[in-house]
Amino acid sequence: MSLEIASLCKSFPKDDPAGTVEVLSDISLTIEAGSFVSIIGPSGCGKSTLLRLIAGLATPTSGSIDLDGVRISGVSEKTGFVFQSYALFPWLNVADNIAFPLAMKNASKQQRRARALDYVERFGLRGFEGSFPAELSGGMQQRVAIARSLIDNAEVLLMDEPFGALDSQTRSRMQQFLLEVWQQTRCTVLLITHNIDEAVFLGQRVVCLTQRPARVGDDILIESPYPRDVTSDEFNVYRRRVLKFLDREHAAGLRDKPPC
Amino acid sequence: MKIPQRFERFACIALLLGLWELLCAAGAVSPVLIPPPHRIVQAMLELLLNGLPAGHLLHRHCLESLLRVAVGFAAALAAGLPLGLVLGRSERLRNLCTPVIELLRPIPPLAWIPLAILWFGIGLQSAAFIIFLGCFFPIVLNTVSGVVTVDGILIDAARVCGADDRRIFTRVLLPAAWPSVCTGMRIGLGIGWMTLVAAEFTGVKSGYGLGYMIMTARDIQRPDYVLAGMALIGVVGFFLDVLLQRLQQRIVATRTPRSH
Ligand SMILES: Nc1ncnc2c1ncn2[C@@H]1O[C@H](COP(=O)(O)OP(=O)(O)OP(=O)(O)O)[C@@H](O)[C@H]1O
Ligand SMILES: [Mg+2]
Repeated sequence: MSLEIASLCKSFPKDDPAGTVEVLSDISLTIEAGSFVSIIGPSGCGKSTLLRLIAGLATPTSGSIDLDGVRISGVSEKTGFVFQSYALFPWLNVADNIAFPLAMKNASKQQRRARALDYVERFGLRGFEGSFPAELSGGMQQRVAIARSLIDNAEVLLMDEPFGALDSQTRSRMQQFLLEVWQQTRCTVLLITHNIDEAVFLGQRVVCLTQRPARVGDDILIESPYPRDVTSDEFNVYRRRVLKFLDREHAAGLRDKPPC
Repeated sequence: MKIPQRFERFACIALLLGLWELLCAAGAVSPVLIPPPHRIVQAMLELLLNGLPAGHLLHRHCLESLLRVAVGFAAALAAGLPLGLVLGRSERLRNLCTPVIELLRPIPPLAWIPLAILWFGIGLQSAAFIIFLGCFFPIVLNTVSGVVTVDGILIDAARVCGADDRRIFTRVLLPAAWPSVCTGMRIGLGIGWMTLVAAEFTGVKSGYGLGYMIMTARDIQRPDYVLAGMALIGVVGFFLDVLLQRLQQRIVATRTPRSH
């Protein structure tokens, strides 16, 4: 599914009367169907806010978001969302967590079970379908969360720092895994990350957001084919470019708000 | 001497009963004021076989009391649980309703007896109403606090999975708040049971009820019957709590994994 974001703005009311905090300022992006886009930006710049707007969990102050040409209003069943903290239901076992979106559509019990077990198998969770989230490692919990977001045939996968809480080895295995899932399902992926390597390693494109209020500061096409070699010179060129951008934004942030 | 752990908690009770029996046997306390334990057991048997008033057997008194509690408790649960869920979800409603609840809550259920009799007459309805008042507030307040502490990210996760408002209540808020709801039910049932006996002191139409039986025993000056009634109230109250505790553990057991 393609995604068209036009002049998107979002402000939140502030505590003092009549004041508002501008978080997103005039963001426009065109995202092709089936592409993988990384979004990176300084801490607190509004990355999560952007993703929540696309998911329909919040409404824009102005501007619009179209999915395949259709204006979004509220949560769409074509989008899946993966949270940094996994957000699994602790009282449901793995199979029931994965099948939760099907239960919301009143699918029959056998249907839910069959689909969930299929995902359990494909996501390397075999033998854990009856376990509860608290019994799983972080990487496995995140697999369950990704399976849950895809089971209802999502065509857009929104991920908010999905691997931020994982150790570096699990993290790189999960990145590999995500690429496989993406190549199999051909869904459109928007992935937010703090991690430059991750952004460049995964994305066909890295969108760099500025300090709050966030605008699109840089939009880098990563043209190296998959599987990518993180030790290549080409890879370093991209990394340097993103790093420079973030350093500049960081410095700008310090200039705007001098330390007291 | 080593006492097996499961008998340990009965050791103290046995010791107290033995001491009590000894003091009575030694003539330290008058059996007219405090009859010895064996007299109470005997009284219990007499109540079971002959009844008080004659023909009104002990188990019927007990069942009648339990029925009143069951009706009042069920009504409090049916009203308090949905109200607690709604209040927990909406800060506006919570702010509106809290003052009313906090004003009504400190009024002892017994203070409502005159009104209850005026509205419902003497009988099951007025007794159940008094019990209802005892159970209602703990159930509402604990449900509210259970819902308020539900992680908002779980609600977002359910929404992106396609849950509507009704599903958010039944599939997320209710299970997440369940341990707290159970605590409310336990406190409510405890207060309800205590309230019942006092409520029966004011008179019952059917001629049955543990409180009513104790009152009758007082009128014919039989402290052994009074104490037998009191003991039964204590034991039944204890088992009611054990029952709810089991229910709480059974449902909660599926969500908190055994530690490995
Ligand atoms: N519901 C809200 N009400 C008020 N302000 C909000 C709300 N949600 C976010 N904000 C503000 O918007 C700004 C951006 O928040 P957001 O979570 O989108 O940033 P982020 O880029 O995801 O940050 P991080 O890197 O820490 O994940 C923050 O200053 C935050 O305080
Ligand atoms: Mg964020």
